[in-house]
Amino acid sequence: MSISPVFRMVLRVLTGLALLIIYVPLAVVVLNSFNASRTFAWPPEDLTLEWWRRAADSQGARDAILVSVEVAAIATVISLVLGTMAALALQRYRFFGRDAVSLLIILPIALPGIVTGIALNNAFRTIFGWDLGFLTIVVAHATFCIVTVFNNVIARLRRMGESLEEASADLGASTFTTFRLITFPVMRSALIAGGLLAFALSFDEIIVTTFTAGAQQQTLPIWIFNNLFRPNQGPVVNVVAVVLILASVLPIWVSQKLAGRTDGLAGR
Amino acid sequence: MSHRSPRLTKIAAACAALTLVAACGTSDDGDDGGGSTGAGGFTAPDLPMMEELGEGEGEVNILAWPGYAEDGSTDPNVDWVTPFEEETGCEVSVKYFGTSDEAVNLMKSGEYDVVSASGDASLRLIAAGDVEPVNTDLIPNYADVYDFLKERDWNSVDGQMYGVPHGYGANLLMYRTDVVDPAPTSWGAVFDEDSPYAGKITAYDSPIYIADAALYLMKTQPDLGIEHPYALDEEQLAAAVDLLKTQREMISEYWSDYLKEVQAFNTGDSVIGTTWQVIANVAQAEGAPVEAILPEEGATGWSDTWMVAADSENKNCAYLWMNHIVSPEANAAVAEWFGESPANPKACDLASKGHCETFHAGEEDYAEQIWYWTTPVEQCLDGREDVTCTDYGDWTQAWTEIKG
Amino acid sequence: MTELASGGTRHRLSAVLHRRPGLRLGLLISPPMLWLGAAYLGALGALFVTALWAQDSFTGETVREWNLDNFRLMWESEVYRRIALRTLGIAALVTLVDIVIAFPIALYMAKVASPRLQRFLVIAVLTPLWASYLVKAYAWRIMLSEDGLVADVGGFLGLDTPGYGLAATVITLSYLWLPYMILPIYAGLERLPGSMLEASTDLGARTTHTLRRVVLPTVFPAVVAGSIFTFSLSLGDYITVEIVGGANQMLGNVVYDNVGAANNLPFAAAVATIPVVIMLVYLAAARRTGALDDV
Repeated sequence: MSISPVFRMVLRVLTGLALLIIYVPLAVVVLNSFNASRTFAWPPEDLTLEWWRRAADSQGARDAILVSVEVAAIATVISLVLGTMAALALQRYRFFGRDAVSLLIILPIALPGIVTGIALNNAFRTIFGWDLGFLTIVVAHATFCIVTVFNNVIARLRRMGESLEEASADLGASTFTTFRLITFPVMRSALIAGGLLAFALSFDEIIVTTFTAGAQQQTLPIWIFNNLFRPNQGPVVNVVAVVLILASVLPIWVSQKLAGRTDGLAGR
Repeated sequence: MSHRSPRLTKIAAACAALTLVAACGTSDDGDDGGGSTGAGGFTAPDLPMMEELGEGEGEVNILAWPGYAEDGSTDPNVDWVTPFEEETGCEVSVKYFGTSDEAVNLMKSGEYDVVSASGDASLRLIAAGDVEPVNTDLIPNYADVYDFLKERDWNSVDGQMYGVPHGYGANLLMYRTDVVDPAPTSWGAVFDEDSPYAGKITAYDSPIYIADAALYLMKTQPDLGIEHPYALDEEQLAAAVDLLKTQREMISEYWSDYLKEVQAFNTGDSVIGTTWQVIANVAQAEGAPVEAILPEEGATGWSDTWMVAADSENKNCAYLWMNHIVSPEANAAVAEWFGESPANPKACDLASKGHCETFHAGEEDYAEQIWYWTTPVEQCLDGREDVTCTDYGDWTQAWTEIKG
Repeated sequence: MTELASGGTRHRLSAVLHRRPGLRLGLLISPPMLWLGAAYLGALGALFVTALWAQDSFTGETVREWNLDNFRLMWESEVYRRIALRTLGIAALVTLVDIVIAFPIALYMAKVASPRLQRFLVIAVLTPLWASYLVKAYAWRIMLSEDGLVADVGGFLGLDTPGYGLAATVITLSYLWLPYMILPIYAGLERLPGSMLEASTDLGARTTHTLRRVVLPTVFPAVVAGSIFTFSLSLGDYITVEIVGGANQMLGNVVYDNVGAANNLPFAAAVATIPVVIMLVYLAAARRTGALDDV
């Protein structure tokens, strides 16, 4: 490349610093999961495995993780479908209001979560008359996950071009066959990348979830919120966080391999 | 190819239609006409009460002050929920709230069956029709409750009880014994401008805290003429707001989550401020050197009532819970854990030695000295007819201004 | 016979779809539009309609009387202006801090690091996203407390921990949103063809000059794309300021307190219009720079 060696060294140092900044708080979290003091006295005087033991037994944490996984999975599927449809529509066709539609797709994520949260809460309870529950959480999450899928798919579609599909049609394939054999395989890695990001987004979401979850459902962030300050549970929360970090490395690595370098990142 | 889309028009129409539906949708519980009049001049909706106690429904959703429904998860030795579940088969789920405002709001969701309401929430719940009258004949332990807690302004309307008294207590002043020296005796420690603890003072994050400032002004600025800390006319409210704005400069954090206060006192980020006895107890158990005292000016406090949601689907379990919580065993346990006076005198025999004395259980004159949380209303609660007092909406606005 | 028939139907359907692009478009765009356009926009619309109503402060019930009182109160009362400006300031500061920290690491990842190192760095940057937002904010609360990590480290440098307050809020928010800034900038820099940089060097420019005149303008839309997230997330946040913000409040807190504690949805909706208007203006400006394609 054409970057001077001095500059490279500077960048290297700055990158190292940035990584340090990113990981020190996480290290604190890991350390506190072993901290014998329930209120995280610093520096930790005593280390213990007690919290890990309790976390393994914690029914509340397990239930919350399960609910979060279920919500995220369903929301991801819905947003995959809707996001792909929207991406196909916007990339392949020109129509009046195209810009407005792309703005609309971004809106749930661009507007502050609390606005989305109270708007959906108000709509669910007073307009539709639904009780807040599992379904309302899924609907809310799917709404703001659409954009991550949309971004990934549309980027891939742009690079793909239409020539392959046209060739397929020229050779006599029906619309469905073309989609099944040509379009879908090319989009697949973008779908996986977008889907993984959507899953991550839904899994860690707290603000909109606070407003759209019923009293009975606890997603993981809600469980964490309720237990963070409790003396007996705070350390367990740290353990859960550490487990999540470790468990997430694999899907991220897989997504990186599949998505190629650019597409997986253009979304959130 | 360009395509003028009729879709957009359809979408616009749909949006407009939805907005119209919303206009009809957002709930508006109108006055249900015909009902009794409560203190402060509101009309309680006419709601039926239970006539007969049936089988437990198998579950009950409790909305409670933290510490009121312990199931062993905070401290394995503190548990009066599990015995209840075993006895009645009603499975309990508890949701804690930090302020009365949160309680009133959460009750509107219709997801809770029974709520422990302080005096500044109870009348609002009654007026909104969120809770129904309670048939005290169906609650055997009610008969034992102190008489001076029955049929009071905040828990009854025209002689009809709307709940079961839980207990009462005062808001205290907590301080770190190793940092705050000499030990404080007055609320001035958190209000005086030149407090040496500026930057480490904490206060309760709710508009109702304005009454604490008013209480302090009752003693320090008597020419303001404040007789009742919840009956403030505009001038008196302005004085209280000024005091609180001065205090704001010295505040480290406001708290509504009681555990946040525990943690702040533990790390020393807060060293003095308003508290509940249970917070001091938990902090001490965590190893923080704290003390909680009742300052010389007196204090605001609470007298709580368990109330049943009007739309509850688990009313039998709700009644069973209310009966359980004022039973001598449970009432003693919660009074000790939270640090308040029980509502049932029989609990004093079971509580640890001296508990009831410390908290002045049954002492009617002491109880009358605590300024229980009450919703401020326009009709002055101290009986003044010549002025309009500020109401809770004004206090809420003022609170936002104070926090800045 | 049935198979042929179904095959025939599918073929006929496919033929119809092929001939009618409008129909294809309609089928593709309707479900997302119904979901987002009707449901989401409708919900937003309904919310802002309530801003024109009032609340009975005693019972907490919404009273459907049309009035502009909420907006008037917001306008006249100085405190809301102050809070709005404070929130705007925090959001802007957080965005700036994030750009400053993110740019070097993104540049390194895109232009200097080897492909294997690149992948490793991407994973390293993405992993913290999976640690819960709350846990990270709380970790900062512990680090910033009286005798926490920052106080210890600061002690060496002769500084003290800023404690809980606005500085802590900016620090924590910058930390939380950092990955959302790094990734778009990285993607943008990646798309920058190496040939451009080489051409610039061939024409005699030094690295800093190349950076300033070639890289920055090209990457600007990506930076704006990242800033949409950091800005919007900070604008509406109320949790972080409750955890590390001490006694301060932001717009999100005012909305949250009014929806939750005060149960005054009309007023909360009125206050909520502020961040919405700000973001819409921001998005319109961002669209000009082409950033929306990079989001």
